[in-house]
Amino acid sequence: MSTYAQKKGFGAVLWDYLTTVDHKKIAILYLIAGGFFFILGGLEALFIRIQLAVPNNDFVSAGFYNEILTMHGTTMIFLAAMPLVFAFMNAVMPLQIGARDVAFPFLNSLGFWLFFFGGVFLNLSWFLGGAPDAGWTSYASLAMASETHGIDFYALGLQISGAGTLIGGINFLVTIVNMRAPGMTYMRMPMFTWATFVTSALILFAFPPLTVGLFLLIFDRMFGSNFFDVANGGNTIIWEHLFWIFGHPEVYILILPAFGIFSEIFAIFSRKRLFGYSSMVFATVLIGFLGFMVWAHHMFTTGLGPIANAIFAVATMAIAVPTGIKIFNWMFTMWGGSIKFTTPMLWAVAFIPSFVAGGVTGVMLASAAADYQYHDSYFVVAHFHYVIVGGVVFALFAGAHLYWPKMFGTMLNETLGKVTFWLFLIGFHLTFFIQHFLGLMGMPRRIFTFLPGQGLETGNLISSIGAIFMAIATIVLLINVIMTQVKNEKVGNDPWGDGRTLEWAIASPPPFYNFKQLPLVRGLDAYWLEKMEGKNGMTPAEPLGDIHMPNNSFIPFVISLGLFIAAFGAMYRAETSWGLLVLILGMAVTLGAMFVRSIKDDHGFHIHKEDLMDDDNDKGVKA
Amino acid sequence: MKMLAKWRLLSLFAMMALVLSGCGEPFLSTLRPAGEVAQSQYELMLLSTAIMVGVIAVVTIIFIYVIMKFRRKNDNEIPKQVEGSHKLEILWTVIPILLLLILAVPTVAATFKLADVSPMEKKNADGKTDALVVNVRANLYWWEFEYPNEEIITSQDLVVPTDEKVYFNLKASDVKHSFWIPSAGGKMDTNTDNVNKFWLEFDSKGADEAGGLFYGKCAELCGPSHALMDFKVKALSRAEFDQWVADMKAVEEPVQAETQTAQQGQEIFNNSCIGCHAVTPANTAPEAARVGPNLTNFGERSRVAGVLDMSEENIKKWLEDPEAYKPANKMTGKYPELSDTELDALTEYLMGLKVQK
Repeated sequence: MSTYAQKKGFGAVLWDYLTTVDHKKIAILYLIAGGFFFILGGLEALFIRIQLAVPNNDFVSAGFYNEILTMHGTTMIFLAAMPLVFAFMNAVMPLQIGARDVAFPFLNSLGFWLFFFGGVFLNLSWFLGGAPDAGWTSYASLAMASETHGIDFYALGLQISGAGTLIGGINFLVTIVNMRAPGMTYMRMPMFTWATFVTSALILFAFPPLTVGLFLLIFDRMFGSNFFDVANGGNTIIWEHLFWIFGHPEVYILILPAFGIFSEIFAIFSRKRLFGYSSMVFATVLIGFLGFMVWAHHMFTTGLGPIANAIFAVATMAIAVPTGIKIFNWMFTMWGGSIKFTTPMLWAVAFIPSFVAGGVTGVMLASAAADYQYHDSYFVVAHFHYVIVGGVVFALFAGAHLYWPKMFGTMLNETLGKVTFWLFLIGFHLTFFIQHFLGLMGMPRRIFTFLPGQGLETGNLISSIGAIFMAIATIVLLINVIMTQVKNEKVGNDPWGDGRTLEWAIASPPPFYNFKQLPLVRGLDAYWLEKMEGKNGMTPAEPLGDIHMPNNSFIPFVISLGLFIAAFGAMYRAETSWGLLVLILGMAVTLGAMFVRSIKDDHGFHIHKEDLMDDDNDKGVKA
Repeated sequence: MKMLAKWRLLSLFAMMALVLSGCGEPFLSTLRPAGEVAQSQYELMLLSTAIMVGVIAVVTIIFIYVIMKFRRKNDNEIPKQVEGSHKLEILWTVIPILLLLILAVPTVAATFKLADVSPMEKKNADGKTDALVVNVRANLYWWEFEYPNEEIITSQDLVVPTDEKVYFNLKASDVKHSFWIPSAGGKMDTNTDNVNKFWLEFDSKGADEAGGLFYGKCAELCGPSHALMDFKVKALSRAEFDQWVADMKAVEEPVQAETQTAQQGQEIFNNSCIGCHAVTPANTAPEAARVGPNLTNFGERSRVAGVLDMSEENIKKWLEDPEAYKPANKMTGKYPELSDTELDALTEYLMGLKVQK
């Protein structure tokens, strides 16, 4: 059964990826789709900066600008950052806990295809009458007033991709609870796995409020219900609450995995175990917990009153404590270590000052009375780009370089990697640092232009110049990726030489069953412990035996496709004769596929012991 | 040691103040506070910035030391594997908590102070308030300011007396907007669901620096022309303000145009414009009937449509094609196309709409 190394035609490869349930291939799918949307969102960001480079610019029109800013935010959060985070979770987490796959491989595939079709649906709005234009927050009064189908694309598209995310989160939770290798106790789990665990819990609790909010919006717009219609007793503030009860944990859903990736990098390239591991775990859990208690700080100016504002202000400040613990732990991981400045390490090192800058403005924003000035100004824009770009995007770049060998078996070029790093770092600070001051000088956010003579010209021009650097950095990364894949120089198990956790104990990329024999975990940084004792692999925890594997399936693709079709039907139902038919057809496809899945027994297959013994020894755990 | 810390904090404060002041224009910048609210918010900014710069300094020092000192010198070196340190970890848990407390106490105090609108509730014998109250109504791309005690309405240019608290009732008539006068103080949303209340104060010194005219902004995305939903604030001394109110109240009937051209303009106005735009300041018409800005004192305003400089040329441009200057505004297409002579007449009439003698 060692089909892994066989050469296949393009059609066969495509079919393999359309039907795969292997977490490593799904990770690659997430990486490609997320990367595509990242570039799309980046182009939208460039249009924004071109438009705002000079006052009274007419590069894009006012209405079109609102579409661009909405799609930039929505794309970057839902379709780029989250899937890219999911790519690394899928690629690495099962390996880190010594599992052969996630708990529900079929659902893993379903989660990806739901996200993918939701994202495609959302972006088709560009060609079908206009994109959503009420901001990524889509506040209800403006969303209800929007005349095009843009908001419908937003609500339906996010609903579909959100379902995929929720499924993915549940899957990761179950995987980490149930599928850890022998000896892998909770307090021996690598930090990235811990981050995945807490993030998945956040997804489980944060996405339902969004789902509810989106359904209310869909019902209002499509069936004339009046949840947000003030004239009929509705209330638009409810949307703000629902959105931010989701929206605030969402930023932790993004940043915690980033923290996880950086925790791995600091330990690996300092050759030192993570300083204060237990307090890191505790801080991660605490951030996740507090993340649900602070949503109203996005609504300080909504008029909730001084009591609510004061409580949420203090709660928000409290989050700074566990975050501070993490920052110091990372620095003391490097303290006394042996630091090697590889590309991933450069990103991690640059992350500390960048993220601290974003974090401290977060505390400033928490001060409710002062926030009345910052709120919805460019100060906020600067703040969240400092944490999301300086935290999440840096981590994604770092993670891409770090895990590229594990995902593809090749190393990205280090020189080009460092070029990307320096260009992006300079561009990032050039673009966003000045925006703090633009906000304080009175520039509101989400404006399509500004008039001359208000003291805002210089700052905006500098900001736009910075964006060019980031664009070039991304292009260099793309060139790097293409060059690396063309050269295709394969690397060994532990290409960085300092791997500490289980994923570095097996081949790059790992065989489709990951571990020939499940490894025995004897402590934190299991692989490092073995290396220090002079062994070059893990001790197996079980005798060589048959491995049960799931079959590939095309059904997840079909289920998601059905919802994609149904969404068009739902949207055009009121104004066309065929809308209802398409809605029914789409739902029939989805429900039919689910029915087939339910009644068809799929027992998977076994890889026999004899075949495993034929495989190269270094692909699995050494016997 | 304590002295040193105190001295450092003080000098940090002074430096921050130096850096931050002189940032931005006096009529627009939050860093040039021109009133009690903006001032207390500015002080909170300085306090939080000082604390945060301190935090950044500590992190930066450790950070630079670490990445300089602990570079890999020898490929075979294996550093000591340290689990952690309870002492250090407690240290960097407790110190941030203390720093946050220093910030939290004034934050909570200021939050309550800025929310104190009790004088709005105190009615005097006439059923009015002693405090000056302005009802702000935000509309797709224009602002209406009603003075309920004085029973007058104006639009686009808010007129306020300096050196006293002005209380605001805020709401929106179509979608959510947000009312922001950066130099006078932080914003409050105008919701479609409820009336929000807050107060601001405009001090005469700040008003002088700003040339008597503050800039106001809509701070909540509200549609294509969100960026152009500006308004202005004229800050007058109490005596001047009283005079302005008296002048406004004196206009009971639409003022008759004087020149012949202006009279033609008034005729056009009465045929095409008066359905939306009132030229008397009384607040007797219901809100639903007040669909466009009140133009009683249009000729004295600082801008045309909130964004164009006040000039005959700009009025004509605006009347010819409002869509070009404020996309998706509600005025476009509501009146027949105007010929050049009609434009001249209408412009002359509008420029003549003045209440102050």
